[in-house]
Amino acid sequence: MRRALTSREALLVGVILSLLALIASRFPAFVRPANLVDVFTDTAPLIILALGQAVVILTRCIDLSVASNLALTGMVCAMLNVAYPGLPIPVILLVALALGALLGAFNGVLVWTLGIPPIVVTLGTLTIYRGLIFVMSDGEWVNAHEMSAAFTGFPRAEIFGLPVLAWIAIAATVVLLIVVARTPLGRAFYAVGGNPNAAVYTGLDVGKTQFWAFVLSGTLSGLCGYLWVARYAVAYVDIARGFELEVVAACVIGGIAIAGGAGTIMGAVLGALFLGIIKNALPVVGISPFWQLAISGAAIVIAVAFNARAGRRKGRLILKRAEREAQA
Amino acid sequence: MQQLAPTSTAGHSGDPALTLSGITKTFPGVKALNAVSLELYPGQVTALIGENGAGKSTIVKVLTGIYRPDAGQMSVDGQPVRFNTAQDATETGITAIHQETVLFDELSVAENIFIGHAPRGRFGLIDTARMHAKAAEILDRIDAPLDPATPLKDLGIANKHLVAIARALSVDARVVIMDEPTAALSQKEIEELYDLVERLKSEGRSILFISHKFDEIFRIADRYVVFRDGEHVGAGSMADVTEADLVQLMVGRAVDQIFPDRPHATGAEVLRIDNLAHPTEFEDIDLTLNAGEILGVYGLVGAGRSELMQAIFGITRPSGGTIRIDGVETVIRSPADAIARGIVYVPEDRGKQGAILGLPIFQNVTLPSLGRTSRAGFLRLAEEFALARGYADRLDLRAAALDQDVGNLSGGNQQKVVIAKWLATKPKVIILDEPTKGIDIGSKAAVHAFMAELAAEGLAVIMVSSEIPEILGMSDRVIVMREGLIATELTGADLTPETLVRHAAGIRSQAPERAAGVVQ
Repeated sequence: MRRALTSREALLVGVILSLLALIASRFPAFVRPANLVDVFTDTAPLIILALGQAVVILTRCIDLSVASNLALTGMVCAMLNVAYPGLPIPVILLVALALGALLGAFNGVLVWTLGIPPIVVTLGTLTIYRGLIFVMSDGEWVNAHEMSAAFTGFPRAEIFGLPVLAWIAIAATVVLLIVVARTPLGRAFYAVGGNPNAAVYTGLDVGKTQFWAFVLSGTLSGLCGYLWVARYAVAYVDIARGFELEVVAACVIGGIAIAGGAGTIMGAVLGALFLGIIKNALPVVGISPFWQLAISGAAIVIAVAFNARAGRRKGRLILKRAEREAQA
Repeated sequence: MQQLAPTSTAGHSGDPALTLSGITKTFPGVKALNAVSLELYPGQVTALIGENGAGKSTIVKVLTGIYRPDAGQMSVDGQPVRFNTAQDATETGITAIHQETVLFDELSVAENIFIGHAPRGRFGLIDTARMHAKAAEILDRIDAPLDPATPLKDLGIANKHLVAIARALSVDARVVIMDEPTAALSQKEIEELYDLVERLKSEGRSILFISHKFDEIFRIADRYVVFRDGEHVGAGSMADVTEADLVQLMVGRAVDQIFPDRPHATGAEVLRIDNLAHPTEFEDIDLTLNAGEILGVYGLVGAGRSELMQAIFGITRPSGGTIRIDGVETVIRSPADAIARGIVYVPEDRGKQGAILGLPIFQNVTLPSLGRTSRAGFLRLAEEFALARGYADRLDLRAAALDQDVGNLSGGNQQKVVIAKWLATKPKVIILDEPTKGIDIGSKAAVHAFMAELAAEGLAVIMVSSEIPEILGMSDRVIVMREGLIATELTGADLTPETLVRHAAGIRSQAPERAAGVVQ
């Protein structure tokens, strides 16, 4: 436990705090509580998706369909709201969670039963889910004026000064922290990604474990679908296009090993926060949005280089130890 | 022994093409090769013989530039050479044909033959026409009826061997290493391979032929070299030895390790297997196992031992036969089934199949027992620590802390973690596959002592091992497997190094004075 605090998470907290300090030294307004709440709320969807993605990557898979899942579920929720304006929000939420889970389960089944590489499966469903939105909506938009006030109001409603969207991100983080650190399934995620071969010999079903990771990721994507559409009060084919790469980036920056089996949920959340702060701060500082992409990209490369270096150092230590033992 | 003298001893045709002397290679905890020497003569076939783990594969890797020896000299035609890469070895004229051919399935025959040294045309691009013509010429020379343009994946194993040989000829290899080349061939294909070996000999190439099959060694080899436990223990002309002499050299001196003394009294039958069969790996397997017994399973690599154990453990599905546990017939569909019924399997390859190196020790230990250490679906870390602590103490696990990653432990301690993981499930039958392979002597003794302790507590133990001393020292009973069948079952006075090797290698008759210890 102590080790976890001296590692990537602590480093990221340090980086985020110094980033905030740097921005505050020039633009003190940025660190005013109200603005920080805005930044956090703005980053909430990224955090929620990064939670699911982190679990999938832990099992040595990847889910590229999260943004398409989000957009499709969002469109379904929006159209449902247009068709039945009286439908209560809890029902909408339930539909979003269930549909997201179903779309995730579809990925999971393909990976589990057919053994297709996850990158291929989710690249396929990325396109399929987007296509379905077009088929459903005929390419039409669902605009703000068509949505009910309750529908668009829910994520913005404030409780104790924080919007519901932010609270949901916090709640999802807590749930995932517990699932990953304190349940047999969470332990299985690490075992399956860390050494699938050994996991089989231990009696774990690798495919089934990966299936559940995809279901989890899909469920969170579905939840985000409704929240996204309601918050921006618009639904169309192209919402959140390309967002999956930002999600993967948050995980990688957060120290989730792309080869699986290593990393923490907290790391993924911090990775998402780091990206969120950069994204929100650059316009304030007056740097062109094009630089945003370059800076995010640089952060990813640095993070990966960091992961690789940490791994190599560990390898050398093992060798040294083996040498010592051989001599003794 | 005037090794570098210009004229060599009688029986060899000329100077050695390749000489190794004092070659030593150490891995953590194991001396794989200890000051071994090897000489290969032009136009002669030298058979390299030894038990599993004698160092045969290591010397092949040294010869082909994959491993760099810690000490020793290598010379080709009297000129000292050093290989830093596999490319160096190829350029010096040494090539290897492996048991499982190391070729590229998606490339064509010609591309496989010339990969790395393809004929170049203008702008340094590969001259495909010339490559195909040269490939056809080489294939013609070895009477291989293959089209250079065929993708390799369309060929059978025998033809892939031909491609590997053609590749050896394409670099004009002077030394050709054949590592169990007949293991996967039919009788007719084997005959064709022998013809080819004769042809390579007549062209003056040196051949190092690694094989477990005595009949073929006596048929095609001119000289022999025997390795045992990483040491060179004998060499000479095939004309001067008998099979019995070679077996004697391979198994060597009496058992010099100390094994725990244990009673051979055993309890009730725990496991009974009748007629178990697998579509490709084994058939007709009958075996019984009693509580408190250690059953040794001996055989050469590829005899089907691990495959049988994997079927019992539910990793693969058998095609027929029955498994009874405590007299009740059971169907085992997955490792989870096997574990639930009290059978556990400690696999051979710890790194790949045993421990999860990135997880802490205690999490590795409790992984198959999480049902017991969790409550209402939530893990209880204190419970896990307590469970892991108990087995760590019992196994004398040397680690700074139980939340240390297993990847930071030595091989012997990793093995203890894997064994602790299985004991924590409270099994009835424990299958140990090469339990002491690659670990140091001290840890070996600890594993042996612990096995004896487990058997004394009434656990039924199956120990798959290629180490004869270990088989002899630990087992109450031994079954020997050969080519997917149980060759024999040995107990008591019949259990000698000679009988084990003879049954494993399938040597039928023996000189009368040696037949006393053989069970027919």
